[in-house]
Amino acid sequence: MSPLGNVRNWLEERLEWDDLIAPLRKKTVPVHRLSYWYFLGGITLFLFLIQVATGILLLLYYRPGANEAFESIQYIMTQVQYGWLIRSIHSWSANLMIFTAFAHMFSVLFLNAYRKPRELTWVSGIVLLFLLLGFGFSGYLLPWNTLAFFATKVGTEITGQVPIIGQSTMVFLRGGEEVTGATLTRFFGFHVAVLPGLATLLILLHLLLVQRQGISVPPKIEAEWKTNPAAKKEMKFFPNFALRELMAWYVALGVLGALAAIFPWNLGVKADPFSPAPAGIKPEWYFLFMFQTLKLIPAKVWFVDGEVIGVLAFGLVGLLWLLLPFFESKQPLRPRHWITGVATFALAYITGMSIYGHLAK
Amino acid sequence: MATTDRGLVTPGEQLSKDGSRRAFIKVLLGGGFLASAVAFLYPVVRYLTPPKAIDLGGDSVVAGKVGELKPNSGKIFRFGSRPGLLIRTAEGDYRAMSATCTHLSCTVQYREDLREVWCACHNGKYNLDGRNISGPPPRPLEAFDVQVRGDEIFVRRRREA
Repeated sequence: MSPLGNVRNWLEERLEWDDLIAPLRKKTVPVHRLSYWYFLGGITLFLFLIQVATGILLLLYYRPGANEAFESIQYIMTQVQYGWLIRSIHSWSANLMIFTAFAHMFSVLFLNAYRKPRELTWVSGIVLLFLLLGFGFSGYLLPWNTLAFFATKVGTEITGQVPIIGQSTMVFLRGGEEVTGATLTRFFGFHVAVLPGLATLLILLHLLLVQRQGISVPPKIEAEWKTNPAAKKEMKFFPNFALRELMAWYVALGVLGALAAIFPWNLGVKADPFSPAPAGIKPEWYFLFMFQTLKLIPAKVWFVDGEVIGVLAFGLVGLLWLLLPFFESKQPLRPRHWITGVATFALAYITGMSIYGHLAK
Repeated sequence: MATTDRGLVTPGEQLSKDGSRRAFIKVLLGGGFLASAVAFLYPVVRYLTPPKAIDLGGDSVVAGKVGELKPNSGKIFRFGSRPGLLIRTAEGDYRAMSATCTHLSCTVQYREDLREVWCACHNGKYNLDGRNISGPPPRPLEAFDVQVRGDEIFVRRRREA
């Protein structure tokens, strides 16, 4: 027996992992004209792993604190060898990950993959998306530059608009009444400890659910396969699909490396709490559709503050979005059309408002 | 996996042709993958190496002021990024040396009761010239030159002969 085989046997005798990975060997992935959408979740996972790796690397040199954060990133980008590249990859990967997570969510919606029995997979996925937005929001402040400072001021101020719990939530987030070095310390803690822990647990749950339930087949294709069983095609997860997924990861890594090297991320100007906000200040693109909506709501609607209405509306929509699968019919082959309509509207709204927000002065 | 036109050639030929093609593709893909993996890991390895700290101290620093030290006492001063030890002997002259113990790099101190340089970590002892005289230290402390100019005490690294 080869030396590698010996090691394998030695471990097998002790861990009995063949039983553990047996389901993975039997697992199959449906093959049809829409199979390509199945890659998006995996790519998002890959980008998350890149974030963990580059995040740990950044931690080797980054120092939180209002007097040191900006300087330490300046140091990373100018003194540390390839520091500019590592930071640029972290920033680019964060943005691409949020993009692929949104794309993954909409593909799941349009392929009706959220229906029974996969409601919990959807819920864990949406909570993960919210966590990713939290990662984005907290990570954005860490360089302590002007844009980040005002984005955090505005973002936490919006939280403060929520009736009853808003004010105390805002003070909790800011670590005080104002955005200061204390806010930076807090956001750093959320970004590198709280959120990664929660996200890791949820990713494991999400993957476990996907593993237990197998991969969903869109109802339209399921119906086609029912009438013509010969058309039904499947691929082994391991190694056939896994290798294809690896190829996708490899391409993603190439795109990421190229973007990071050709368009390195800027650091901007150090935040000064006592200087006026610069013109044209905007949040990151993934918050833009909410930002633009809030801008369009009049200051007073009837006798309530416009901001309050906007914030409450977004909270309600977010909650309904989280519970979307529970509005679906239980019949496997007949998804409700209005849900597809809502999904189309949401996609159009987010895209339209983001573009509008980008172009608006 | 060229199995479709197996009928046109003898199975043996097809197999050997397949084998060499497969080997070629394997080398090409494997080599390409390895090369790109190296290209991605190389910056990471370089990143892990910390940049050289700029030693602002240079070769000479002001270690203290005349009158700051009474006879039979010592003080630690900054020499670049490392500590140095300035001693005023009981006779009143100045000595200076590196304060980093040659054993395991603790910072040494002047013991007035022993009139020796002492390291608290493992009870290493040096005499006033920095020579290791007792305990685990393997080498003497690096001795520095002391110059009094006006009321300032300058300490300078000794030039290698």
